[in-house]
Amino acid sequence: MPRTIIPGAVGLGPNLRPNAWDLAVLPLLLAILWVLAFGSAQMTTPYNIGDPLPISLDPGDLPYYLLRSFLRMAAGLAVSLVFTLVYATLAAKSRYAEKILIPVLDVLQSIPILGFLSITVTGFIALFPGNLLGVECASIFAIFTSQAWNMTFSFYASLRTVPYDLREAADMFHLSTWQRFWQLELPFAAPGLIWNMMMSVSGGWFFVVASEAITVNGQTITLPGIGSYIAMAIAAKNLTAIGWAIVAMLVGIILYDQLFFRPLVAWADKFKFETVPGEEIPTSRLLDMMQRARLLRAFSMVPGMIWERSLILFRKRSDGLSPPPGTRLRLPWFDRIWTVFLLCVAGFAVYRVGDYIKAEVGLDEVVHVFLLGLATAVRVIVLIAIAALVWVPVGVWIGFRPRVAQTVQPIAQFMAAFPANLMFPVAVILILHFHLSVEVWTSPLMILGTQWYILFNVISGAMSMPSDFRAVADNFGLKGWLRWKRVILPGIFPSFVTGAITASGGSWNASIVSEMVSWGDTTLMATGIGSYIADNTQRGDFPRIALGVAVMCCYVMLFNRQIWRRMYRVAEERLRID
Amino acid sequence: MTDTNDLLIDLSGVRKFFRAPDHSDRIVLDDVNFQLRQGEIVSLLGKSGSGKSTLLRIIAGLIRANGGKVHYRGQPINGPVRGISMVFQSFALFPWLTVQQNVELGLEALAVPAREREERALEAIDVIGLGGFESAYPRELSGGMRQRVGFARALVMRPDVLLMDEPFSALDVLTAETLSADLLELWLERKIPTKGILFVSHNIEEAVAMSDRVLVFSSDPGRVKAEIPVPLPHPRDRDAPAFKALVDQVYAIMTQRPLRPVGAEPLSLGYRLPSATPHKIEGMLETLLEPQFNGRADLPALADELQLPDDVLFHLLEAGALLGFIKVDEGDATLLPLGRTFAEADTNDRKTLFAKQLLSHISLASHIRHVLDERRDHRAPEGRFIQELEDFLSDDEAERVLEQVIAWGRYAEIFDYDYTSGVLSLPEEEEENGSAGEDVAAE
Repeated sequence: MPRTIIPGAVGLGPNLRPNAWDLAVLPLLLAILWVLAFGSAQMTTPYNIGDPLPISLDPGDLPYYLLRSFLRMAAGLAVSLVFTLVYATLAAKSRYAEKILIPVLDVLQSIPILGFLSITVTGFIALFPGNLLGVECASIFAIFTSQAWNMTFSFYASLRTVPYDLREAADMFHLSTWQRFWQLELPFAAPGLIWNMMMSVSGGWFFVVASEAITVNGQTITLPGIGSYIAMAIAAKNLTAIGWAIVAMLVGIILYDQLFFRPLVAWADKFKFETVPGEEIPTSRLLDMMQRARLLRAFSMVPGMIWERSLILFRKRSDGLSPPPGTRLRLPWFDRIWTVFLLCVAGFAVYRVGDYIKAEVGLDEVVHVFLLGLATAVRVIVLIAIAALVWVPVGVWIGFRPRVAQTVQPIAQFMAAFPANLMFPVAVILILHFHLSVEVWTSPLMILGTQWYILFNVISGAMSMPSDFRAVADNFGLKGWLRWKRVILPGIFPSFVTGAITASGGSWNASIVSEMVSWGDTTLMATGIGSYIADNTQRGDFPRIALGVAVMCCYVMLFNRQIWRRMYRVAEERLRID
Repeated sequence: MTDTNDLLIDLSGVRKFFRAPDHSDRIVLDDVNFQLRQGEIVSLLGKSGSGKSTLLRIIAGLIRANGGKVHYRGQPINGPVRGISMVFQSFALFPWLTVQQNVELGLEALAVPAREREERALEAIDVIGLGGFESAYPRELSGGMRQRVGFARALVMRPDVLLMDEPFSALDVLTAETLSADLLELWLERKIPTKGILFVSHNIEEAVAMSDRVLVFSSDPGRVKAEIPVPLPHPRDRDAPAFKALVDQVYAIMTQRPLRPVGAEPLSLGYRLPSATPHKIEGMLETLLEPQFNGRADLPALADELQLPDDVLFHLLEAGALLGFIKVDEGDATLLPLGRTFAEADTNDRKTLFAKQLLSHISLASHIRHVLDERRDHRAPEGRFIQELEDFLSDDEAERVLEQVIAWGRYAEIFDYDYTSGVLSLPEEEEENGSAGEDVAAE
């Protein structure tokens, strides 16, 4: 039977007449399709900079705004997925491409996402003059930049680790490059890729909210969406509207989970390379329904057949005996020339950027911005440490109690997805009311949304710790600090590092919105590189945005290399349980 | 000579080398000549690292030879050939495909129409005895059943030549014997269209039981050392004297070369040290001392007594011989006086003796000890030694050899190793009083 990437096409029964399941699924799907079509049509309305884009605070309009934000997220995810498949495949298959693509990706993932927005929005507006689509694209691009890099890295890593014997089997059984991609590489990479997509969407809501109200040359454009609704509510000091927005966001996150990820995860379970015995098999009511509905199966035959045809079309023609079409020449010195060439290009680029910044801003300011970066770095370190102190014990406590974990884990994941910037106004009100220090008390906002990554990773680490370890600890009467030092901390360390890396990266990004927060016409500003970028974005000072973004990028890369990657290696090599 | 139409696979002067990091070439196969004719089953035996799996992959078209002639039915092989199929040691099944989908994989790749694909797959699944499991996923199956899927997947291609890379070595003994007997039955009763089978094995008895010819490979560089025809009719009785004599003969050939006399020139630094833990070496020497052997054992009997697969036994024997504890000739292992002393000694004396032999016979061990003695802080990173080894060995092999010598050195307490930092050092108590190690180091 054909196997397809489309759920439901497996096992075409002879009987394709609609059945009872169709009655349930079909209206649901048609409704979803109609809503999506309606929302997309709204994206391309005529628009010129300066036109007012009124956002109403009427809760009745919220579903519409939610739909628009929802679509932006979906578009960002789709673009990220295509980007991932192409970029990572190129990097994994070509040695020459790999030498450029992987370092570039490393830099890209260190650039603060909202920095992208400030820099690219003018370009996108110029691309679609007189149409709102340009601004939409800029927003989608920002969401894309928040989602794509970890997906790409995951896919690249999977492609590089396809088991050698399976690759040999694919060769032995005459799979062409195209067939191998679909039959071996993509299925093998699917679980990791889907997990990263979930993480991406979870992190993406923050940027959906942050990227809808865009400032260009002092003009604020508010794209219809949840983010603009909130920006409007903040400006109008309307707490009720913010409450409604939070409810709408909740609904949005749950819909994404139920309509998209649950079916996807349940379906992709079979691609897991190794199964951990006793692990719960993910299920999805929607997927069951879709797989049982006959008419749907008939629909999915069309893409399934196209896919099948493509496999036949791009098959391997060589029978292994006729001489291969031109053996590729391999020149040993070409590698070196290529490396030197790339280094020259990179050196020139750095030189030009340095020159530009020096001419426009001056060296003193560069030093100043580095110091601002240090202030933010201190915040990030302190906050991660505090979050670890709080959430590691809590997470371990929860993880060791499977019942509790089952209820808490989804909540923690949900909290991670919830855009913390919705909560910022509350902080401003509190700071103003109690006359608190802005420098100190705006800092927790940075980690408000990202601390949950630590929690839920620690929970899953504690849950997956072999119970023998704890039995041994009990048997030898290990108690108190000794128990933590010898058993618990080493056991959860790898998961903790994974969570902390995500939290740290997220916090740097969040600093741009959290070091400068507003409520009505009051704006609180803390000293740091985040507020520097935010402030200059509002003013439209291009060279300073670039400087801020570049410096933050340096810090993030330094953090990744000097701290996280080392901890990750320790976790991988020494504390792995296998 | 036979008619050339009879020739399925024809290799002559095949060479294969891999490029080492320092751009020197490491020769894996040198001047290999081999022919597979219609109607025969041939097995390849040899130490691990002798290049027999590489040879199999060259014939499969998975990798290219650097020189020589590789022909299938008179035509040069330039990639995976349609008439050749392969069974893998690790099964190499796609876990997300059902049994039937796995079996259909190769047909699908060649765009065989769906109906024909299904018919052929069901037939192959049936022949190999997996009927009823068409819709199961590999993870639901036991190892033996998974390998049956591996066979069905290869046989459904109706291959002229079937290549098998240690097809039974990942299975337990009983499962392996059942599966090989089933395969042999299909072959003898002509239920499969395959004209020739070539398989790599590490189990001498299995090779003799199945094949018409056994080829023994030597290593460094790999080449065909001996060819032993097996003229016994099927079914073969593994207890028959003629069978046992052949098995003995193969054991003798496989242990023929090595075994350098004690006190011969030291090994080269890049010698492929055998994989053998000190405790297994202890166990083997103790077993040889037992009354039933009384210092001398027939190799098949020793393998049986130790319950070890042949490849593991060969590593142990080589280690014992390198260290001057035993000698191996004509298919027998004999305990030397030093080995007897070792086996009769207590733990501490054993370690002292082991250290002495290690430092005098294994040049890598004495080299490491020397470097550590020379350095003021008595420490050296492992990378330094791996780099030296990579002049002779592949990356993986260099790491394995260093790991091996570290295990021996730790047992002998001539040096210490820290896994986290990857640093080798002198054992602690020696480091403190400086020269105490020298009575061990001095021979």
